[in-house]
Amino acid sequence: MKLHEYQAKDIFAEAGIPVPESRLASSVDEVMEAVEDIGYPAAIKAQVHVGGRGKAGGIKIAMDEDEARQAAEDILGMDLKGYTVEKVLVEAGVDFENELYVGVTMDRSAGKPVAMVSTEGGVNIEEVAEENPDAIAREHIDPAFGLHPYQARKLVFDAGIPRDVAFDVASFLSTLYDLYEANDASDIEINPVMITSDRDVVAADAVMNIDDDALFRHEDLAAMEEDSYEDDLEAKAGEYGFDYVRLSGNVGIIGNGAGLVMTTLDLVDYFGGTPANFLDIGGGAKAERVANALDMVFSDENVDSVVFNIFGGITRGDEVAKGINEALESFDEIPKPVVVRLAGTNAEEGMEILNTELVQVEGTLEDAVQRAVENAQEVSQ
Amino acid sequence: MSIFVDDDTRVVVQGITGGEGRFHTQQMMEYGTNVVAGAVPGKGGQEVEGVPVYDTVSEAVEEEDANASVVFVPPAFAADAIFEALDTDLDLVVAITEGVPTQDMAKVNKRLEEVDTRLIGPNCPGIITPGEAKLGILPGNIFEEGNVGLVSRSGTLTYQVVSNLTERGIGQTTAIGIGGDPIIGTSFVDALEAFENDPDTHAVVMCGEIGGEDEEQAAKFIAENMDTPVAGFIAGRTAPPGKRMGHAGAIVSGSGTGTAESKISALNDAGVPVGDTPNEVADHIEDFL
Repeated sequence: MKLHEYQAKDIFAEAGIPVPESRLASSVDEVMEAVEDIGYPAAIKAQVHVGGRGKAGGIKIAMDEDEARQAAEDILGMDLKGYTVEKVLVEAGVDFENELYVGVTMDRSAGKPVAMVSTEGGVNIEEVAEENPDAIAREHIDPAFGLHPYQARKLVFDAGIPRDVAFDVASFLSTLYDLYEANDASDIEINPVMITSDRDVVAADAVMNIDDDALFRHEDLAAMEEDSYEDDLEAKAGEYGFDYVRLSGNVGIIGNGAGLVMTTLDLVDYFGGTPANFLDIGGGAKAERVANALDMVFSDENVDSVVFNIFGGITRGDEVAKGINEALESFDEIPKPVVVRLAGTNAEEGMEILNTELVQVEGTLEDAVQRAVENAQEVSQ
Repeated sequence: MSIFVDDDTRVVVQGITGGEGRFHTQQMMEYGTNVVAGAVPGKGGQEVEGVPVYDTVSEAVEEEDANASVVFVPPAFAADAIFEALDTDLDLVVAITEGVPTQDMAKVNKRLEEVDTRLIGPNCPGIITPGEAKLGILPGNIFEEGNVGLVSRSGTLTYQVVSNLTERGIGQTTAIGIGGDPIIGTSFVDALEAFENDPDTHAVVMCGEIGGEDEEQAAKFIAENMDTPVAGFIAGRTAPPGKRMGHAGAIVSGSGTGTAESKISALNDAGVPVGDTPNEVADHIEDFL
């Protein structure tokens, strides 16, 4: 789960990390009220879950009232990489001399959290990581003990942080790691941390993503989730609780397990078709969930045919078959041809239950995908 | 022979009184697995499928001489259950649970450095030595005894490839689903090393997917350390960059690492043929045998 910048900054500020004065606004009038309080220069920043907001025109600096109004009109309601901007953060501009990067994330190869500091903040840190990895100082963290103070000091000295602010940045980093751990963050980053002309350190941006699997123990964070989806179908998938990604093709795909669903996508492509979506019903799905999945894929108007690929382990073939029947029997006419391939746990029981007047059945993965691709080609002609 | 489990494996099921724990205990026993105990705090003294339940894993180990555990404990308590198992000197812990918080697994990972126990998973289908024992949720009927080892990050993809092998009469020594989470116990390299040292394993299938760099590391290991031939499959060739495909930690950064192309070329460079379809993987294995 992603937090917005304003939400992350509230959490940072509460923990003692300095952030610029700011107000949240969702209309031009609210923006004008906010700049009146905060003064100029002011940054107007779109609150949407996309990277590279600045480059895409989602962040503007206003030096006076006219510019603030113009920025508010431009940004509110704008489409930013598929997301509509509904809120902006109006923030006091910071007069800075240096921009730093600090972050904590999980290094999956090492199986440990890693803290990172760089003096090359304010730009695309991923580019820095790729082109000049030595410009980022890194320390692995023992999750049993947390970030030792000596490690935070080592990081700032290794990164070449100016001496007069080095200890401030180190303590900043310790707080950041504590927040990372306490909130089950998957990553937490500030880019840039600004060093002001008065030699204060300020968090000018804030990224905080929470491990979805840990949300059960963070009700406060879960309540902060603001749904935003690229389209109605992804919103619907969110309601149903599916792992769903909409793609541009016309073969609808439903399966169990991310690896097998991805393989089904790959095979659709291999046999000359184009996948319309990735939809994983997950492990152990019951009939209702299966019916919801079919509803989901049928509501995509680009879908010309559907392939169900289930290899049961913890998922049981009879439950899947029940769900397919339920979903299809509710139609007077099946909207698009459905191919089913059922294997594994209780597959035989499933095949007995399955209403084969409503679906086409194929025994192998390859045959099922090939047939679905042919169906799609016929329907789209 | 086999790796990690055989008919001497004596299993304690953690979470045996839950729906999945109960169902799969029955399935494991039907397959012939030696399930000797269950462990569920507060449920000691009960019986499930004729198996005695204890309050703690250590009691199950003392009373029934268990040497392996399978964890069917809900995500909120799964890491604690794994820690409990790791504190009893079991040889093997197989964690089936999906959705264990990553920071919990980082702590477990740290503990693993200090003990001799092997962890498989979490978020995995488990491990099976056909004809001897299965620990987990894999559908036993698709496996057959033979001389091919299999290691996979994805559960259902494991089943798919195994059925492609079994259909043409190619059996398996052991098949392991290691799980697709960011932090897991047994890695590709661990399993490949064990297969290399197993004289009965004559070829190995390795199924990977986009995200992470485990397959690249495995490719390096194969090139440097393995004589046993390996064939591969990588899921996610068509995944669009920047999209997260499900729960598998399958994130394509778009920056060139972790993509299907980088994994396939690393494997090819290590002399590992990669099938375009699961069936093609079976073709390659057939050529090896």
